[in-house]
Amino acid sequence: MEQFLQHVINAQILGGTYALLGVGLTLIFGIMRVVNFTHGELYTFGAYMLFMLVMPLGMNFFVGLVLAIVLGVILGALIEITLLRPIRGADIDTTMLVMIGAWIAMQNLEQLTWSGVAKSVSAPFPSDPLVIGSVSVGWDRVFVFGTAIFLIVGAHLLIHRTQLGKAMRATFQDRETAALMGVKINRIYTATFALGSGLAAAAGALLAPVFVVYPTMGDMAALKSFAIVILGGLGNFWGAALGGFILAFVEEFGAGYLSSGYRDAMGFVLIIIILIFRPTGIFAQKERIG
Amino acid sequence: MSRFAPWAVALFFASVPLWIGDQYFLHILISTGIFIIAAMSLNLLLGYTGQLSLGHVAFFGIGAYTSALVSLGFDVNLLGWTVTLAPKPVWVGLLCGIVLAGLAGWFIGKVSFKVRGAYFVIVTISFAEVVRLVALNWIDLTEGPMALNNIPPLTLWLPWLGETTFWRKTPNYYLILVVGLVAFEVIRRLVQSRLGRSLIALRENEPLAMSVGIDVTRALVVATVISAAIAGAAGGLYAHYIRIVDPDVFLFIYTVTMVIMVVVGGKGTLWGPVVGGLLFGILPDFLRDMAAPEVQWVIYGAVMIVIVFFLPQGIVPAVNAWLRGRGASSRDAAATPGEDRA
Repeated sequence: MEQFLQHVINAQILGGTYALLGVGLTLIFGIMRVVNFTHGELYTFGAYMLFMLVMPLGMNFFVGLVLAIVLGVILGALIEITLLRPIRGADIDTTMLVMIGAWIAMQNLEQLTWSGVAKSVSAPFPSDPLVIGSVSVGWDRVFVFGTAIFLIVGAHLLIHRTQLGKAMRATFQDRETAALMGVKINRIYTATFALGSGLAAAAGALLAPVFVVYPTMGDMAALKSFAIVILGGLGNFWGAALGGFILAFVEEFGAGYLSSGYRDAMGFVLIIIILIFRPTGIFAQKERIG
Repeated sequence: MSRFAPWAVALFFASVPLWIGDQYFLHILISTGIFIIAAMSLNLLLGYTGQLSLGHVAFFGIGAYTSALVSLGFDVNLLGWTVTLAPKPVWVGLLCGIVLAGLAGWFIGKVSFKVRGAYFVIVTISFAEVVRLVALNWIDLTEGPMALNNIPPLTLWLPWLGETTFWRKTPNYYLILVVGLVAFEVIRRLVQSRLGRSLIALRENEPLAMSVGIDVTRALVVATVISAAIAGAAGGLYAHYIRIVDPDVFLFIYTVTMVIMVVVGGKGTLWGPVVGGLLFGILPDFLRDMAAPEVQWVIYGAVMIVIVFFLPQGIVPAVNAWLRGRGASSRDAAATPGEDRA
């Protein structure tokens, strides 16, 4: 029973960051119809930025975290403007090829800049874990979970309570009509990509002190984000958030009770099963966000 | 390209070992040839059916592992039963690899052609990733990260030569060249057949293709099986040439390499993968002295973006269009309807 509860707690913590990754990716796909292969690199970028700000520059951890997320937003906007804007309207395969090229270039630039040696980031949390009854959990993980939930709710409010969010939802429903109503489509696309990228960078920065930072860390993150987005249905905000938790539970319990070597395979098997039986995702009636 | 172009190219490549004594360069050409065969098989899916399969390396790896395991023999515990296989001749292993890769293609085709576009891409990536994790974790069978070592080279009975074992570079070079030519011819005939025309039709307009009675799913599955089998053959040849196979053969980066070769050369053209493959197979060797591998990969990524931006059809169609513009042979387009991407 204790073991079971411990797995539940672990899955919750992991699920928070998975949800963050999934929400970012699903927003980009839902609004822009772009399969974003750079998502994992934004995740890596966030982690490295936190590392740079906190370790060599000696900045306060929390300030560094906020700055890392802001830098992720800026990088996302830059990618959108330089790579995606010129091929607006191209078919989905063309944009995918460009994003794959960007992903390879970015990953190897990271490798060049920071070498392949894993880096660790120290975080200012008490070293004794939080103990609740028979389960224990590190304070760093509690912080990761809390921040992830905070950011997801924040993204939700941004989409549902602001003028920008309204324009995003309008663009999602019908790009041409939204443009006719005076929505600046290009600006919405850049904002969407920047927002999604910021969420990925946040996930990377949050996990940096929990795990270590290395150039290829984004690959698994990107593949898992795809899995999460498929679980929830492409473009479905809450589907992706829930999908993140489902994937975390499947992995945690699969690794705990079946085989730890196949931990990372669980998600992919899940995708294949879902796509055979329910190709639009578990939650969606049809693809939508919000 | 005219009808004689393949023969001219084949003759040229057949003469290469005569005037290049450098064994290392021959090795580069052999590995490039293996990748070109794999890229040609990917082109069948990516170029002719328009389906971006990003799990192609799975078929390559399945071919490599199957061929290696059959020729090495294995015993493995399967749900309490011990399955033992004595070592078989290498050509049997190669055939098994081709068949198993084809079967995997059939399975993936059946499963994933229920979906299209982004979903299809993600199913194929997932499949490759699952296969990689199986190769990494099923240590009883695959030795996992310890890799399969001492894989025997291919032995064949050849006219005039008798029993020949492909130990050295030159025979291996000719082996790859012959298999490459066979693969090229198989794909050429396939693309110009009724099936090939259905594939191109459904790439251009799937609902229209269906409405004229093309069994879209069946055409796609058949194309995937053939494509997977050729990729499996390339994988098998790789295993018996390099003589060591580890789970890294399934790395996503190899699929990306194949995709780059096809896209840069020209997807949906017979010569595209050959041109792109030669470029990206030999180029790294020239860059090697000047740049670290990471810099090379950054260049690859940048080249891919630049090509998609400025030469979206790839090199071969651009060259063809240029030749045609100068009033040169427009017969090429008629000879290979697949090359016509209006």
